[in-house]
Amino acid sequence: MLKLASLVALGAGWLSRRLGRGGGTTLPGVVLLRLRPNAIAEFAARLPHGAILISATNGKTTTTRLVVAAAEALGLRVVTNAEGSNLERGVAAALLHGARGGDGGAPDIAILEVDEAALPAVARAVQPRALVLMNLFRDQLDRYGELDTLVDIWRELLDSAAVSESCSLVLNADDPNLADLGRDRSNVVWFGVDDVSHALDARAHAADATSCRRCGHPIEHDIVLLGHLGHWHCTNGDAARPVPSVTATAAALRSDGQTVTVAIDGSPIEIDSSLAGLHNTYNVTAAMAAAQVMPTIHGHRAAVAQAIGATGAAFGRGERIAIDGRKLNLLLAKNPTGVNQNIRTVLAEDGQVHVLAVLNDRTADGRDVSWIWDVDWEPLEGRLASLTLAGDRAWDLALRFRYAGFDMDTVQVKPDVAGALDAAVAATDPDSTLHVLPTYTAMLDVRSELARRGHVSEYWDES
Amino acid sequence: MSPDSTGHSVRLCHLYPDLMNIYADRGNIAVFERRLAWRGIGLEITEVSIGDELSGDFDLYYLGGGQDRDQDLVADDLQTKAAHMRAAADDGAAQLYVCGGIQLAGHGYVASNGDRLPGTGVLDLETTAGESRLIGDLVIDAHLPTEMAAGETRQIVGYENHAGRTSLGSGCQPLGRVVNGHGNDGASGFEGACRDRVIGTYLHGPLLPKNPWLADVVLGWALAHRYGDTAVELEPIDDSMEQRAHAAAVARANRDR
Ligand SMILES: [Zn+2]
Repeated sequence: MLKLASLVALGAGWLSRRLGRGGGTTLPGVVLLRLRPNAIAEFAARLPHGAILISATNGKTTTTRLVVAAAEALGLRVVTNAEGSNLERGVAAALLHGARGGDGGAPDIAILEVDEAALPAVARAVQPRALVLMNLFRDQLDRYGELDTLVDIWRELLDSAAVSESCSLVLNADDPNLADLGRDRSNVVWFGVDDVSHALDARAHAADATSCRRCGHPIEHDIVLLGHLGHWHCTNGDAARPVPSVTATAAALRSDGQTVTVAIDGSPIEIDSSLAGLHNTYNVTAAMAAAQVMPTIHGHRAAVAQAIGATGAAFGRGERIAIDGRKLNLLLAKNPTGVNQNIRTVLAEDGQVHVLAVLNDRTADGRDVSWIWDVDWEPLEGRLASLTLAGDRAWDLALRFRYAGFDMDTVQVKPDVAGALDAAVAATDPDSTLHVLPTYTAMLDVRSELARRGHVSEYWDES
Repeated sequence: MSPDSTGHSVRLCHLYPDLMNIYADRGNIAVFERRLAWRGIGLEITEVSIGDELSGDFDLYYLGGGQDRDQDLVADDLQTKAAHMRAAADDGAAQLYVCGGIQLAGHGYVASNGDRLPGTGVLDLETTAGESRLIGDLVIDAHLPTEMAAGETRQIVGYENHAGRTSLGSGCQPLGRVVNGHGNDGASGFEGACRDRVIGTYLHGPLLPKNPWLADVVLGWALAHRYGDTAVELEPIDDSMEQRAHAAAVARANRDR
């Protein structure tokens, strides 16, 4: 009967696409779950090597791509979900399409990006062989609720039967909240970053994990690397950063990528990646850690490292597009830590920079725009060759800059995305890069405007 | 103009900036600072957190919102500061409580598990956790009583996200009436609370950048506390950018309901 439900669900997706209705990606998942509520579990049970689930506030789409590349380098046939379809229906749709086989037969393993809040339900259904949990930052409070709430539901999940003793936990040692989740568990692979040359002067304003989950005393950082990620300990002495077995010992960051040395149980391996920024150092390291819990990894680390390094940016996440003799660098972010990290990456470029920031407040962006005040935009001051502000809430962004003391006479405010793109491109010198910082739906708006103008297929260095 | 060219300044006490900062409270402080600086008036900020002694003379107090866990920690500590806060309010210091802040400024907060967190009692109100959170854009017609700000009615706009249902006693008045959104309890049509020079509200986003009128009312009170009524005038500022952001937010709130 799973077969019949599958056919109906696939037919619904086909019909929706034929009718030009959209929803072809997740509609089959919706239909399938309606007809066969247990479908995710049924499909997952057929995977010889089970499923790896990847969740985080930031970096889950990119890391999922990297882990898929690692698995394919090991000769595994992988089923994965398209970016954005990371709720239950998206997972169901991905497994459904994977089950059809395609070119090399039935899949061996599922590698799935899962929304933070949807993780417990998906994990209960698939009984994963591994959970990769990378970070939790303040994000869309109107949708996810408080950070503490997410930490609590993840803890409940780890304590539940859905996560068996044989399920590996791949956890970020540098995030105090995740470190506490893995505390006193035996099946943890810790990853982290040990290159202290990237230390920040202070925790970001938006830092969240500021007090100990055990005792409530303040958490102190010896080294802050990204948001509240770093080398930390509780001032009361009852908790500290676990020693990671998979760790980035050196990251040479360039504006167009990086060379990361990842040590696995002390033995180093070098990875050349076109992904820029320390957040991608974390993503690459997480993917190497996830690869350690895959079948047949032994003897194939070099091939895995090579495959991870060869994987380019996901849709809108460091994606580079040519437009009118300029380079557009799309840097999606929808929370303070994500934007802070993108600003840091932009400022790694020499000299003055061109920036277009686009703020929407639709459901997928988060309806509450408070978070832009927690972003540290201030480092951009004095470094801007041009600044254009756009989106449904462009004027909120304008106030953020005005009250930060920026010279507003040089800032263009154009809510309409098409007009803003024209203005920003005009302000950008030929051959220079225009860095676009959009929220999620703003990224889609920018991209569809680029598609309308016929630019979007012109990738610069998509490999 | 340099921030102290007039020789005047406002003494601000920012309570628990490390814990009560979840809805961009930093933006409200930035508005205080800039709008004073543009008029040649300084702002001296003193940050007071858990374990710190609260003493000294302040013209303006600010308390924002936090996560439940942090709010629990703050509620305990705030008991050591409650008498000071009540005395300062009686003495005519300006106080602004936003989001979680309004709950802690009342008599108490009954959490969903039945535990009661005590407040400072500066505002005559009581809050009980509801079953659902009240979330969304919020527009109100703010009306400050004549003795507080010449009886003006102005529309103010922001965002709300709270589980608390707040009911007012006879010792304070609502800040305004809900035009769009939930307000104090989702039923009464009231939003916020005020008395003397004290305002509490669920509006964030943050509150002040898009509502510069309210920022100036509060700053005027703080200056009056320090230098006496009408001793220091606040020069007008070109708020056209603020008005555009205000209008965009109001349009957003109206479109979606
Ligand atoms: Zn501790």
